[in-house]
Amino acid sequence: MAEPAVAPVPAAIATRGLNLWYGDFQALFDVNLDVRQGIITSLIGPSGCGKSTLLRSCNRINERLGYVRTTGSIEILGQDIYAPEVELVQVRKQVGMVFQRPNPLPLSIRDNVSFGHRLHARGHRVSRSRKEELVEDALRKVLLWDSVKDRLDTLATELSLEEQQKLCIARLLPVKPAVLLMDEPCSALDPKGTAAVEELIWELRGEFTILIVTHNMAQARRASEETVFMLIGKVIEHGLTEDVFLNPQHRQTADYIEGRYG
Amino acid sequence: MTGTAAPLFAGTSLNSRDRKVEWLVRVLLGLMTALLILPVVIIMALLVVEGGPVISWEFLTTRPVDGMTAGGILPALVGTVWLVVVALIASVPVGVAAAVYLSEYAPDNWLTRAINLAIINLAGVPSIVHALFGVGAFVLFFRFGTSILAASLTLAVMTLPVVIVSTRESLQAVPRAFREACWNMGATRWQTIRRIVLPNALSGILTGIILEVSRTSGETAPIMFTGAAFFLPFLPQGVLDQTMAMSLHLFVIATQVPDAPEALPFGVALVLISMVLAMNALSIAFRVYVRGRKKW
Ligand SMILES: Nc1ncnc2c1ncn2[C@@H]1O[C@H](COP(=O)(O)OP(=O)(O)OP(=O)(O)O)[C@@H](O)[C@H]1O
Ligand SMILES: [Mg+2]
Repeated sequence: MAEPAVAPVPAAIATRGLNLWYGDFQALFDVNLDVRQGIITSLIGPSGCGKSTLLRSCNRINERLGYVRTTGSIEILGQDIYAPEVELVQVRKQVGMVFQRPNPLPLSIRDNVSFGHRLHARGHRVSRSRKEELVEDALRKVLLWDSVKDRLDTLATELSLEEQQKLCIARLLPVKPAVLLMDEPCSALDPKGTAAVEELIWELRGEFTILIVTHNMAQARRASEETVFMLIGKVIEHGLTEDVFLNPQHRQTADYIEGRYG
Repeated sequence: MTGTAAPLFAGTSLNSRDRKVEWLVRVLLGLMTALLILPVVIIMALLVVEGGPVISWEFLTTRPVDGMTAGGILPALVGTVWLVVVALIASVPVGVAAAVYLSEYAPDNWLTRAINLAIINLAGVPSIVHALFGVGAFVLFFRFGTSILAASLTLAVMTLPVVIVSTRESLQAVPRAFREACWNMGATRWQTIRRIVLPNALSGILTGIILEVSRTSGETAPIMFTGAAFFLPFLPQGVLDQTMAMSLHLFVIATQVPDAPEALPFGVALVLISMVLAMNALSIAFRVYVRGRKKW
């Protein structure tokens, strides 16, 4: 059965003919996108082109708005997430999201990290030491452990923005998501914070599939293996990052990269 | 140093006019505020001066005697506590639940907006109208008779809209980002509400409730026909009893008992207003305490 020529791994995210409307306004047009597993893909495009919309469709958070309509399909790891038997909570568990503005919960650092795990581990007895371990692992992975290990019980909202954003990434890890969606995760940070979070994202590569929206061309170039360029709700170009930047196939891509869209 | 040239920051005539207007506005606004505060201060002072001498431990713990011209106010005090507590038990769970539904679950459509508008308007219905409703619904239709239950339910209906509005406002003051963060980690709506939204809205919700208590304890019209009695020599034993109440007692001895000593109504009013102020102080203290611990 196995055909070694074709890669047997399904794409982490595969959209087919995805259209999305906010009320009467169509924000996504026939998006067909395959995001490969285990790599970092960056999503670039001018403001308002639908990057966040696409990202938010991948864990169905858009639905909460009530007036959003979607056609087409999105498969995550080969499963259609809009299929009727799909449990939303399980989708969210597999697909973690990091927002533009760090949004730690108004709880202690420790409780922030264990929040998701506590939700999903209800009914199982988890020992205290195991919980401590989970918190430590997650914080270590986001390179935050050393600076917060002595103040795990302070409010997370008192951390610096950079630390908050790292914490927001850390709290996704204990539930072991497969895909991390990041919507301009560095845009609220100063250059030092940006560098630190970028470094962290790079560290997470391989273990997670990462789809990251950025307005920072240098960041996309530095930190991603593939790049997707969108324009007014459509995917224009998708390829290896260096190809997209050095040898774009479409004029619009070239124009955008050279800064002609602002 | 330029010597003869005009100083760099010299004022113009326009500046001095602006400054005069500024002064005038400040004085006017200050006067308005004083005008507002003055009656309150005078009322309080009058109550303390006239009513203060009446108040004693005995006044608070004995029954009225001699056709309510002497003795204490115990039955009225106890009655007011009964009325308020039963009203709260009836209105808070319903009000908070409705507010949570409207704020967290209801779709944002015309029906929800119409309901919200209706609730706000309901809060403006005069209390005498609620009183008539209470007579019709609770005293007669449900056959509770004139009782604490009927009076408290009337009070509850009257305060529900305010509980709902204040609770909804506290819930909406919790940033949306917190909710999204929770949903994104796979929390259901209810988990989000219980773990994040409610704890953070709690101070606002409780403040609203305490302010309601202070308002309820002073209401007269809604309880007059539904459960509060003119005079009862004994304390209520259960919710189906009638009771005396502070607000009605004040009205009665001030207007219906001609030979009551002049200081008596002042004393009753002083106790009533002290209760209300104590409640408000409690709510402010609570809010300060919670805000001190909350940061986002
Ligand atoms: N909640 C919403 N309701 C209605 N329209 C929306 C909503 N969110 C986004 N839109 C519209 O959809 C389009 C795409 O928005 P989206 O936020 O996805 O763009 P974006 O590429 O993320 O932009 P940016 O770079 O500024 O973040 C925009 O035209 C926007 O006005
Ligand atoms: Mg966006």
